[in-house]
Amino acid sequence: MDKFNTLKGIAAPLPIVNIDTDMIIPKQFLKTIKRTGLGVSLFYEMRYDNDGKLIKDFVLNTSPYDQSKILVAGDNFGCGSSREHAPWSLKDFGIKCVLSTSFADIFYNNCFQNGILPIVVTPEQLDQLMTAASNQTEFHIDLPEQTIKAGNHSFNFEIEEFRKERLLQGLDDIGITLGYQDKISNYEDEKQNQKPWLFKDK
Amino acid sequence: MSNNGPKTLFDKIWSDHLVGQRDDGTSLLYIDRHLVHEVTSPQAFEGLKLSNRKVRRPEATFATADHNVPTINRENISDEQSRIQVETLAKNTKEHNIEYFELTDRRQGIVHIIGPEQGITQPGMTMVCGDSHTSTHGAFGALAFGIGTSEVEHVLATQTIVQKPAKNMRIAVNGKLPFGVTSKDLILYIIGQIGTAGGNGHVIEYAGTSLKPLSMESRMTICNMSIEAGARAGLIAPDQITFDYIKGRPYAPSKDHWEKAIDYWSSLPSDQDAFYDNELIINSDEIDPMVTWGTSPEDVVAVSGFVPDPSSGKTENKQKSIQRSLDYMGLKSGTKITDIKLDKIFIGSCTNGRIEDLRNVASIVKDKKISSHISGMIVPGSGLVKKQAEEEGLSKIFIDAGFEWRDAGCSMCLGMNPDQLKPGERCASTSNRNFEGRQGRGGRTHLMSPELAAASAIKGNISDIRDFI
Ligand code: SF4
Repeated sequence: MDKFNTLKGIAAPLPIVNIDTDMIIPKQFLKTIKRTGLGVSLFYEMRYDNDGKLIKDFVLNTSPYDQSKILVAGDNFGCGSSREHAPWSLKDFGIKCVLSTSFADIFYNNCFQNGILPIVVTPEQLDQLMTAASNQTEFHIDLPEQTIKAGNHSFNFEIEEFRKERLLQGLDDIGITLGYQDKISNYEDEKQNQKPWLFKDK
Repeated sequence: MSNNGPKTLFDKIWSDHLVGQRDDGTSLLYIDRHLVHEVTSPQAFEGLKLSNRKVRRPEATFATADHNVPTINRENISDEQSRIQVETLAKNTKEHNIEYFELTDRRQGIVHIIGPEQGITQPGMTMVCGDSHTSTHGAFGALAFGIGTSEVEHVLATQTIVQKPAKNMRIAVNGKLPFGVTSKDLILYIIGQIGTAGGNGHVIEYAGTSLKPLSMESRMTICNMSIEAGARAGLIAPDQITFDYIKGRPYAPSKDHWEKAIDYWSSLPSDQDAFYDNELIINSDEIDPMVTWGTSPEDVVAVSGFVPDPSSGKTENKQKSIQRSLDYMGLKSGTKITDIKLDKIFIGSCTNGRIEDLRNVASIVKDKKISSHISGMIVPGSGLVKKQAEEEGLSKIFIDAGFEWRDAGCSMCLGMNPDQLKPGERCASTSNRNFEGRQGRGGRTHLMSPELAAASAIKGNISDIRDFI
């Protein structure tokens, strides 16, 4: 997985609340059996008209936001389905960090699996960051320091230690867990006695 | 979460599945059962292959194809990408010795319908699936939640998942449900009350006297939409109704283990005085038959009500979002809900595609015809639901009334297959999401119970079931 350390760049403002995973990547793009190539379809229905042409005034279709690595979005970003295609499409587009006042649980988790940093900010901070993003102010995200800087705004943010570590080092969860195989086997042996009906295969 | 004090149902299941825990609370949780479908699994199996990893416990995983499959003429899936996904699932499950309910198998259906139907879903289990509505299985007192594809791969390889404990929320609904009010109305009402982010970070335990008499089917409808309230999972304590439902199903505990299983299941309900981070008490009298008017499941209103005015939003953002929804839905504020004219009716999905739902619909549309401008589709949740409905004569009632009667799958719940709304079409749907474009680009979805959808099909407008009977 890609490592995440610091990130600099302008941020795209998307002041819509409850942006759901159907808006991030509509269902017709879930038929792929690959993780890549979804960036062109990100926010498809907001980005393209019925004839498949780019809608000029949608923020990610305008320069310089079409190069954004950061997204500033309204409350409750990523609600809806569990589709990991949502972070895959963000990542494929080039977005590595999303700022909002809250995220849906599964989406939040999925971001970390793909080297994307979702940051929870307060409603007041969001307002200020949204304005900064609209003014094309350069953002500076620093994961080791847990800070966001944009123009004369500077905030700290929270992140769980374990998630931070994994992002910084680009670690793969499965590899880490496989290190605990013995513990998993012990657990299974113990539970097989207590709940034999769950272990017919053992 | 304390180790010795009184525990919630969630706390009990959680602590019984802990393989390990870090100081910050991050836990390695054992997963008892894993459901897999064609859309969110190909990349997980590909990941296993790339890193040369095996499935740790193939028998703990069950697979089916449901999301993108056609509901008619399905011998040949004409959409090439959909066909490849289904074929990929067949190949992957075969390669890894995973039980696969394929399209020609009667047992095929929507993952969240067939888990319970086969007796795979049981109290006290941890269950996951690469699908957010895995929360459905919580109706059995199983801790069940949706996961992303990377996590699907993680569960396949390790039979565990990395998680932090959720917070506990208790929603108690007390009193008999009023006439015409179903469990779908109840959950829509709750989502309207707490909002789509109201349950974020929580597992919601539903309790109270209203739930006690409810069938497993009705309970599943409630837990199913926990995710629309933002919750990680929903839970209902197992009781005799739960045990009776499970008994004798193909994957239920065998006779030898049945008593032991019942003992364990009976120990699961929350202890008195267990701690909840949040509590909400609802009196069943408050609840009417509910309908959504907007593009978020929290946009609910009583069927006897009116389309809201943007100025009713508490914040400027909320006002804007109401306006945006109204524009998308093509609705004027102040319109009477029952004056809204419909084009389509969709009855089905993992929320309301079970036999009880179909029986309720049949009782309303029997010997009637759906309105001439309406096209209606009924999609059973599984091949077995379909078979049973046919044996009970329900399908004949539907067809006589003018509905299309389809094969099992997710269908127009998400419109990944050819079952979709056209731009501007307005649909009464028994599914769970009314997001923009969910049922087809530009399609307008009104969520409601199967009873309301059936009555609306006959009248051609959104209808109050209480005026109907
Ligand atoms: S019926 Fe709808 S909500 Fe349920 S699993 Fe299928 S697509 Fe998801």
